Amino acid sequence: MGIQPTAQVPALPDGGAGTSGGDDVHLPRQQRAGSRRDFWRFLGVKFSGAMISLVLVLFTAFFIFRVIGGDPVKAIGGDSAMTPEQRAEIEERLGLNEPMSVQFWEYIRSVLTLDWGTSYVNNQQVTDLLLGRLPNTLLLTGTALVLAATVGIWVGARAGWQQGSRFEKSQVGISLALWSAPTFWLGMIVIIVFSVQLDLFPVNGMRSTRGVGDGFWPQFLDVAHHLVLPALTMAAVIYAQYVLIMRSSILEERGNDYLTVAKAKGLRDDVVRRRHAVPNALLPTVTLIALQFGAIFNGALLTETIFSWPGLGLLFYEAIRVPDIPLLQLLFIFFAGTTIIANMLADILYRFLDPRVRSSA
Amino acid sequence: MTTGATEKDDTKEGSGAVRPTLEIDDLRITYRGSRGEIPAVRGISLSLNPGDTLGLAGESGCGKSTVAAAVLRLLPPGTEVTGRILLDGEDILAMSFGKLRAVRWAGASIVFQGAMHSLNPVHRIARQIAEPIVLHEGIGREAAERRAVELMSQVGLPSWRAQSYPHELSGGQRQRVMIAMALACAPQLIIADEATTALDVMIQAQVLRLLKQLVSERHIALVMISHDLSVLADTCERLAVMYAGRLVEHGPSREVFAGARHPYAQALSAAFPTVGDPAERRNPHGLAGDPPDPGNLPSGCSFHPRCPVVMDECSTATLALRAARDDWQAACLRVDGPEAVAAPTLLTKGDA
Amino acid sequence: MSAPSTPAPAGDTDGPDTSTPPAGAPPADPSGTGVTPRLASARAVAWARRRKAFADFWRQYRKQPAGLVGLGVLAFIALATVLAPLYTDESELRAVNAPGERLESPSGTFWFGTDEVGRSILLQVIWGARVSLQIGIVAAVLAVGLGTLVGMMAAHYGGWTSWLLMRLTDWFIVLPSLVLAIALVVALGASRFTIIVAIALTSWAGTARLVRAQTMSIEGRPYLERARALGAGHWHQMSRHVLPNLMPLILASATLQVSSAILTEASLSFLGLGDPSTVSWGTILERAFHAGAISYGAWWYMLPPGFAILAVVLAFTLCGRAMETVLNPRLRGAK
Repeated sequence: MGIQPTAQVPALPDGGAGTSGGDDVHLPRQQRAGSRRDFWRFLGVKFSGAMISLVLVLFTAFFIFRVIGGDPVKAIGGDSAMTPEQRAEIEERLGLNEPMSVQFWEYIRSVLTLDWGTSYVNNQQVTDLLLGRLPNTLLLTGTALVLAATVGIWVGARAGWQQGSRFEKSQVGISLALWSAPTFWLGMIVIIVFSVQLDLFPVNGMRSTRGVGDGFWPQFLDVAHHLVLPALTMAAVIYAQYVLIMRSSILEERGNDYLTVAKAKGLRDDVVRRRHAVPNALLPTVTLIALQFGAIFNGALLTETIFSWPGLGLLFYEAIRVPDIPLLQLLFIFFAGTTIIANMLADILYRFLDPRVRSSA
Repeated sequence: MTTGATEKDDTKEGSGAVRPTLEIDDLRITYRGSRGEIPAVRGISLSLNPGDTLGLAGESGCGKSTVAAAVLRLLPPGTEVTGRILLDGEDILAMSFGKLRAVRWAGASIVFQGAMHSLNPVHRIARQIAEPIVLHEGIGREAAERRAVELMSQVGLPSWRAQSYPHELSGGQRQRVMIAMALACAPQLIIADEATTALDVMIQAQVLRLLKQLVSERHIALVMISHDLSVLADTCERLAVMYAGRLVEHGPSREVFAGARHPYAQALSAAFPTVGDPAERRNPHGLAGDPPDPGNLPSGCSFHPRCPVVMDECSTATLALRAARDDWQAACLRVDGPEAVAAPTLLTKGDA
Repeated sequence: MSAPSTPAPAGDTDGPDTSTPPAGAPPADPSGTGVTPRLASARAVAWARRRKAFADFWRQYRKQPAGLVGLGVLAFIALATVLAPLYTDESELRAVNAPGERLESPSGTFWFGTDEVGRSILLQVIWGARVSLQIGIVAAVLAVGLGTLVGMMAAHYGGWTSWLLMRLTDWFIVLPSLVLAIALVVALGASRFTIIVAIALTSWAGTARLVRAQTMSIEGRPYLERARALGAGHWHQMSRHVLPNLMPLILASATLQVSSAILTEASLSFLGLGDPSTVSWGTILERAFHAGAISYGAWWYMLPPGFAILAVVLAFTLCGRAMETVLNPRLRGAK
């Protein structure tokens, strides 16, 4: 799923972008105007690409949940037997008796008007459900992401720099093992050890059921206390990927002459790494990390389920068990749409980060 | 730079008053790879006084770039190096790491081959030139970048280029940046490793002229490494030819280029025809066979399997440089005095 | 793979020069049976070369301890799984036949303890391996097959076809694969078949990209230009020239794919979307979770299936990485 923890790094934007035409032909300054126009074109292409992808997501959601999807009436009614009249009434209410084409236009209309329907379970607006849970997911994934990215990139850079060292071997081993462990299982183990046996952290949830006192700080500490285990569990798996990606990016850079030059200039080894190798290796890493964005939702889904963290992942899990089709549909579109937009932003960010891509079309 | 500035011309190795800028004594370098030990350099001695220019020639894989890297101890860890390398009298191989870092670039700098990959793609030009200045002279980054812009104008780059990235420059401009960078800390020695190979001929000439001029103005010793003997003969006073990790010929460059004593050096100089010589066009020269595998060198003279004038003794005799003249040596059994092998006839034979 | 009548180099390591017609078989080929190249049939030459390529591959692979460990673990697990009916009794998997007490901790009788109805955990892990491995391997083969097809088509046809296929590939790469797989299983209904389809449909895209890049580089080689000049059709070019060259890469990709397919299967089962009629490692963990094994402190219920997943996934990953290292000498490092 997603990108493997392999050493395959996509080809760098070729280093040979510069033209080696006549020497000392000073490029005219007007070129800047041209590159600005190129930039807008680039933005346009990226944006329309993302829009097409989003439309494709909408079609897919309709296709999966309405065309091949199971029988929603049964989902609503549960196991209890239903009279044909009741059935017809529900179908009427959901518009299921209409032909597929009409249903499709209904669907498009509801998407455009942001009227996503109500949950089968409690008749709440699904958008309200989503918005209510969103901050919790942001808190968990944000913490895990920052943790995994900073530590992972640092460790990966060091490991790649010292290829063949004991540090590299042990870190790669740890990362591969973490990557190979199912997230939810890791969470179960963590709970048994740290909550059940050692009683250091709460077993699940986001807040204590018993009051912890009003005011910002007691509340904050309570949430933070609940956050530790899920954030670490979720970070562990992403961390492993970041270590492996950053390590191979550094390995790709290592043979380059500019690093020998930096060394010849008399810079200390770790300065060569930090100032010269890491900035270059980060560029392909950004792209790969952006491609991995979807995997973060995979992780959130499993982590929130295990820890009963009241976020979107748990909401999705609850919706699966019913199955609550309108909610699943919205969450599917939300997860997919967010990754598409995040990828678009990463592409644009990359353009700002890499001088080679920045000025040449 | 140092005391012997006036004795620039006609300096002999080890002559008393002058302290050589670079002195290499019986340098041997062995790489340890997955395929075992590979001797890349097998006993080289060289000496350069301040202001001297020496061309080091040879096919790829003959060890010339290894010598360059060894001067600043840039070889991969685990490489075995013996002999001595003295830079301005100080032994590079015996130095502590701290001292070595201080000597790198400030004592000797390198213009690397392939300027595209020798510049960091994500740093601006001025910053890269200024980096060693900040490091070795302890001045602020802004002052150092002002110096960098000055250096850029000395190598003929406009000052507005200072804020460009390497990819925005042409190949020749990048090579100029490398030269400006090499000059940044006013070193006593510059090693130019295939500095102009990737450039086309016109720009190559420009860059060479620039390098030659800057080096002689500042009285910097220059070691220029190339496979192109004609370029070296143009730029340097002396020429040394390497084959399979050893020097096979060493002498005044014009004369070596025109009438090399060692058959390999002859072949190398013949590979670059003299423009306008009709005989060259009818009868182009080349050398049969491939360069030897450094992991598995032939016995005796390493060149003997390819040599057009090979004799029986060549496969057994061990060869050191022999004096062909007092300022000219070659490592060939046929060299035993000023009158040695007659070049042209031998080469045509080797073409078949 | 079709019958080899053209001497296609089987390894990435041998360059285009090995693509000479059969008559020009390398004289120094030690695996030639002493017959002059002209007498040997084209097929024999091709096979000899392939055997040699494989021997070379194995010699390189053998140098990597991690890859060997992975291979050893896989061999052990494969043996234990295949022979399961010989040393265990499948009927004890049914709740009515449960031989033990509820949530017994590990003992001489039940090495890994029992579950909430008294069935042996060890037995479940052994039989669960069959389902997990089967789903993982079949899904990976399907995914890699689909990815190879799309990648080769995108590289070969170019133009609009290529653009469309690559947009689709990128779309699949970006999407959260587990979410998409869940949606598919929910819609299709949980069964072994739908899980395989869902995993394959959501994980082919990475292979497609890899194969496309590799195909483009192979198509640029001179012997394919020669084949085209001689009038070779699309199918001939692809099956005889491109595919054999892609095989090592595809194999490495498939090996890595198995590990992520097994992980996805476990995740789906854990989320309650596993095949309800069978035991897999994921479903054991799901039941452990819902039976309250965590608060009970029944570590024996969770550790064995989890470690089984970890071991298999890690083993496949190590093998895949070792194969990649052999194929891509740049990764081998200067050791």
